[in-house]
Amino acid sequence: MPSARPLRVIVAKAGLDGHDRGAKVIARALRDAGMEVIYTGLFQAPEQIVQTAIQEDADGVGLSILSGAHMTLFPDVLEQLKAQGAEDIVFFGGGTIPADDAAELKRLGVREIFTPGAPLSQIIEFVQRECGKRRELVG
Amino acid sequence: MAKMIDRASGLGAQPSPEFEEQRTRWERRWASRAARRREPGSGATDRTISDLPLKPVYGPEDVAHLDLARDLGFPGEFPYTRGIHSGMYRDRLWTMRQFSGFGNAKQTNERYHFLLSQGQTGLSVAFDMPTLMGYDSDARQARGEVGRCGVAIDSMRDMQVLFDGIDLGQITTSMTINGPAAIALAEYVATAESKGIPRAKLGGTLQADILKEYIAQKEWIFPPRPHVRIIVDMMKFCTAEMPRWNTISISGYHIREAGSTAVQELAFTLADGFAYVEAAMKAGMDVDTFAPRLSFFFNSHIDFFEEICKFRAARRIYARRMRDKYGAKNPQSWTLRFHTQTAGCSATAQQPENNIVRVAYEAMAGVLGGTQSLHTNSMDEVLALPTEKNVEIALRTQQVLAYETNVTNVIDPLGGSYFVEALTDEMEKQAEDYFKRIEEYGGVIEAIEAGFFQHEIADASYSYQRSLESKDRIIVGVNAFEKEEERQEIDLLKIGEEIERGQARAVQEVRGSRDSAKVETALAVLKRACADETRNVMPPLIDSVNALATEGEIVEAMVGVFGRYRETAIF
Repeated sequence: MPSARPLRVIVAKAGLDGHDRGAKVIARALRDAGMEVIYTGLFQAPEQIVQTAIQEDADGVGLSILSGAHMTLFPDVLEQLKAQGAEDIVFFGGGTIPADDAAELKRLGVREIFTPGAPLSQIIEFVQRECGKRRELVG
Repeated sequence: MAKMIDRASGLGAQPSPEFEEQRTRWERRWASRAARRREPGSGATDRTISDLPLKPVYGPEDVAHLDLARDLGFPGEFPYTRGIHSGMYRDRLWTMRQFSGFGNAKQTNERYHFLLSQGQTGLSVAFDMPTLMGYDSDARQARGEVGRCGVAIDSMRDMQVLFDGIDLGQITTSMTINGPAAIALAEYVATAESKGIPRAKLGGTLQADILKEYIAQKEWIFPPRPHVRIIVDMMKFCTAEMPRWNTISISGYHIREAGSTAVQELAFTLADGFAYVEAAMKAGMDVDTFAPRLSFFFNSHIDFFEEICKFRAARRIYARRMRDKYGAKNPQSWTLRFHTQTAGCSATAQQPENNIVRVAYEAMAGVLGGTQSLHTNSMDEVLALPTEKNVEIALRTQQVLAYETNVTNVIDPLGGSYFVEALTDEMEKQAEDYFKRIEEYGGVIEAIEAGFFQHEIADASYSYQRSLESKDRIIVGVNAFEKEEERQEIDLLKIGEEIERGQARAVQEVRGSRDSAKVETALAVLKRACADETRNVMPPLIDSVNALATEGEIVEAMVGVFGRYRETAIF
């Protein structure tokens, strides 16, 4: 049985990267798909993002990076999730991320990386499925 | 042909009975065709990419209200719809100016020497994120960002390396920087003067358009009001001391990239421009002393005719307002000069070679729209910073356009087209509607504070994305004609972590090697100038960079007076 409370997802921007078009489109799309979405706004430190996720009891965190700093900031968020014992939160992301880097980030524990041109429907389906699983486990 | 021209002054003709018969026949045929449904996914659409309605064919009735002298004129004549120069590309081609910068100053300097050796005619500096946001390379906030989106410039030392072996008295340089624009200008002036070139000889453009940062690009430091004051200080300084320098490049590019429509790009950019004009006039400047050196920067997206019309409408709106609303008397104050860059957001990561084709069409739209300079994107920029090979293809695209296609030989060749004139006029009208809405908020800054622009852009970009999902719009290789096996097979430029470590070391060496008492004095004087609106921040900024104060230190000193801006996050 799916729980009555809608899935809750954080959409985050980290570092100095101000490209927020994609993050905002994803935030709206997830909201329109029935989820509760919290958009962090720009320039968040990895620890702030993870704190927000824990405080809001989020099922997932999506991080958007288009500045090229993905190999620093994704691992930083992963580390913070581990440090806070919040690895159950589904951590995914997207941006201008070359295929090799995306593969490496997934190996490190990022659940999925969506690159430019990924259909919204695919992202929504991923978030619903994975965050839904997490909700069942955690309750 | 003579019949087509109204004897009065209009563009529309008095249709003859024969013409009316032809029209009736066409309408009948069209109606019977239109009754059949269009094939899904055919890519045909009855609206522009910005959602402006399109008719299947245009005729004299669509332009009947236009007046030849009032609305079109001639190239180099008010209202400049047809171009700002009487001879346009017959006299002088546009400047081929490829935006570039990556890694450290030395690497970027090498790229500049390469581009100049390949026939590029101007330089354009891309800075990295920490530099754009006012942080030194060893700041905590700079982690992972140093040298990635552009070149890292921490102090005047880096600026000297960046232009090593390049004659700043000969070349013109465009610097894309906004929050710390005044600091970059100070560093450029100090660098030139250290090589014996007086500031009065320097030619170039500083972007320094802070309003669009709050609207779209989000690279701000201080709140809007002190930021605009700094810009007015720069305008005053350049008017007095740097006659060849363009103080602001008022930019729609980033507004478009953030997801706006073409009309929004047009309207919001011009509204920003007029806000700077008003701020400078309020500070006591005569409009004709600074307006001739304002310039604009637009996006050229993939909807070919809509873009051309946007450029034409921009010139006309600007000319009218500058003359009639702001009372400018110098014709140079009426002319909207602009740089164009092809749309990064139209490029696709899928089948990236296709981007070469997109860029070529977009570049042609910029040229048919009368641009003064052009950057053509490289096919791999959707994936990473471009490699030298791809930058070269992009530059060659401009050269083919300039020297082979012959589109340069006739000025405004689309002028008088029923469609182009009607769409130009429609875009002007819609921009005027936006100006009214912005005025209702009390002005651009007030509209920013209310989140007006940000909401409009977010709505437009979401609806555009939905149209891709539903396949109402087709993007080749993305939602149609996909290819399974293709995976990025092109070489990408990688920026290693050693750049960050090296740059952090270098800035620490600068701090260790200079006379710190001199730095402290310079920064104290700067802070006093910041706190006193009757003083100009530029001279103390030049003193500070000459004392080798780093960008981060200067920004911190200024933040101490002005504070930092925080945005309310909306989506």
